[in-house]
Amino acid sequence: MDNIAGTRSRLVWAVNLSALALVLIWIIPTFGLLVSSFRDRDQITASGWWKALFPSEQNVIVRSAAPDTQRLDGDLYVIEGNVFAGGPGEVIAFGTSSREPTVYAPGETGVMSNGREMTVSAAGDYRITSPEQFTRSRGIRIFITSIKPPKFTLENYERVTFAEGLGRSFLNTFSVTIPATVIPILVAAFAAYALAWMEFPGRALLIALIVGLLVVPLQLALIPLLKLHNDVGIGKDYLGIWLAHTGFGLPLAIYLLRNYIAGLPREIIESARVDGATDFQIFRRIVLPLSFPALASFAIFQFLWVWNDLLVATVFLGNNEEQLVMTGRLRELLGSRGGDWEILAASAFVSIVVPLVVFFAMQKYLVRGLLAGSVKGG
Amino acid sequence: MEQVSFAIATIIVGVFGCVSYFYLTNIALDVIFPGRGPNAGRNINRASAIRPWLFLGPAILLLGIYLVYPVFNSIWLSFHDASGSKFIGFDNYVWLVGDKKFLESMRNNMLWLIVVPAASTFFGLVAAALTDRISWGNFAKSLIFMPMAISFIGASVIWKFIYDYRGDGSAEVGALNAMVLAFGGTAKAWITLDIWNNFLLMVVLIWIQTGFAMVILSAALRGIPEETIEAAVIDGAAPFQIFYKIKIPQIWGTIAVVWTTITILVLKVFDIVLAMTNGQWESQVLANLMFDWMFRGNDAGRASTIALVIMVLVTPIMIWNIRNARRELR
Repeated sequence: MDNIAGTRSRLVWAVNLSALALVLIWIIPTFGLLVSSFRDRDQITASGWWKALFPSEQNVIVRSAAPDTQRLDGDLYVIEGNVFAGGPGEVIAFGTSSREPTVYAPGETGVMSNGREMTVSAAGDYRITSPEQFTRSRGIRIFITSIKPPKFTLENYERVTFAEGLGRSFLNTFSVTIPATVIPILVAAFAAYALAWMEFPGRALLIALIVGLLVVPLQLALIPLLKLHNDVGIGKDYLGIWLAHTGFGLPLAIYLLRNYIAGLPREIIESARVDGATDFQIFRRIVLPLSFPALASFAIFQFLWVWNDLLVATVFLGNNEEQLVMTGRLRELLGSRGGDWEILAASAFVSIVVPLVVFFAMQKYLVRGLLAGSVKGG
Repeated sequence: MEQVSFAIATIIVGVFGCVSYFYLTNIALDVIFPGRGPNAGRNINRASAIRPWLFLGPAILLLGIYLVYPVFNSIWLSFHDASGSKFIGFDNYVWLVGDKKFLESMRNNMLWLIVVPAASTFFGLVAAALTDRISWGNFAKSLIFMPMAISFIGASVIWKFIYDYRGDGSAEVGALNAMVLAFGGTAKAWITLDIWNNFLLMVVLIWIQTGFAMVILSAALRGIPEETIEAAVIDGAAPFQIFYKIKIPQIWGTIAVVWTTITILVLKVFDIVLAMTNGQWESQVLANLMFDWMFRGNDAGRASTIALVIMVLVTPIMIWNIRNARRELR
């Protein structure tokens, strides 16, 4: 028996560890970008995000104070200052030219042309001397390799929200999402009730049609609808995109709601009919309140789908300040600021945060909707 | 701020309009065919024949305009030239078959179709099996499920950061290159490597879809009758045998549903390719090619033809779904 108990507990360990490994693999990508979004710009390019908690080594070029701060010390002209401008940091090497940026150790004296000399201490204090007066208007370049302590900042978020226009896009996305979520629910709820509880010829055919429309690729609809919208005059307009999202969301809405409403107990609806309630009353007083879970499921689907959509927004909305949604802005930033990870990371998280909150708050309904949508009869 | 108030106004007008449409048409129907008086019986029959169509009206109208009409209009457009005005017969189809980018897209789409549903279902099944047995299973499930809430474009940013390449001696901050370096390899611009970049893009979609597969398969696994598993345990089956020989065969139906759902999604995949490579370095797919011809090529005919190819590819699944739904209705 010992043996069996032993394998059992080893199996439990193996399962726990594999689950942990899987979860880690799944969250590390997001986590990495999240950490990066709080890091200083120079540090992101100097070391990987997994080293964010450790001091990082970076090569930078600093300019000394401008020559008009020079003073005469004996027969030498001197410029002095600190490469970290008083901030924390440690110089581990420096140089006077781009050909040899790390040739001197801190404290040594580097020789430059025209008899000039430069020395940088480990704390970053520099002293540049010259037998003749410094004449150029800009400071002297100092090449340093330094160790900087980790630095976390909210600057990236501040910058993307205001300077990069993400704040505006945030509002635009909201204006697209809320109506595009609310309107299809109403239209679909009535249709679903009719398909579930009313008798009329062609009902089965309609249900089959809706199941078929569930998988019609969006791509097919873009060109004809853009032409149609342009002809009607809502080509690049909020009204157009609301209607488009409503149309594209309807098959799933009707399908989910019909399945749910058809599963309500027959007795309730029959007895209401016997009591003389009209279909409209039954729908409003009985069916609608009872179907709340299904309505919530669909609302979350549609919300996430519209919020995260890029294709429909690109086609049916313009590219200007008033209409660019967050996904569109993110795509634009990927093109124009390809390597600026501090901007991209912060922007990505601004756009992700709302769906994530909705997701974690309403996960129960989302799962229920998924199960109703695909497992039924499977 | 202006369009926010416009949006709020639209919600109110839209919701109010919808409700009053349903409410008023119902009243109108009752007034036209009153349920009392000399013709009460006939009127009630007529009213109840019309009422379903009042309820369905807006839905049918919207579905008709936004999903049915485009199918036929696209077919019509595919036989016309770039501006959609001149009939050119099968020219677009002939062009399509000979187009290098189209053939590349077809090849890539086929790769996507094989790899993504298979990998997502497999990882989903593994995740479901593992998380169902541990005490912190629900927490683990939420974390694996989480990428579902992230937009494709957001996910692309996340993964592009992992595939990042700097080169020329500067520190590699992309996780993939850092790992390659740690194992003694050389850093590369992975995203530009022909064929392999396709798989790097697929990873993004697999990462997103595994959670979906896990949730559904986990529910199916829990729905398996206890007796079958107990019987296997009594017969001395090992845990892995129980999983592969008892559990999996009982959830084939659900696996098929998950597989086809992801397949449909894969055929429409667009954002990831657009954001990561925009079809460069031999990574083009149909949906992005269609978008290219629509916006940059400005050719409604060719773009519609490509969209129809996607439609044809989903048709078998559509028919299968409809047959399943009809069987369920009976």
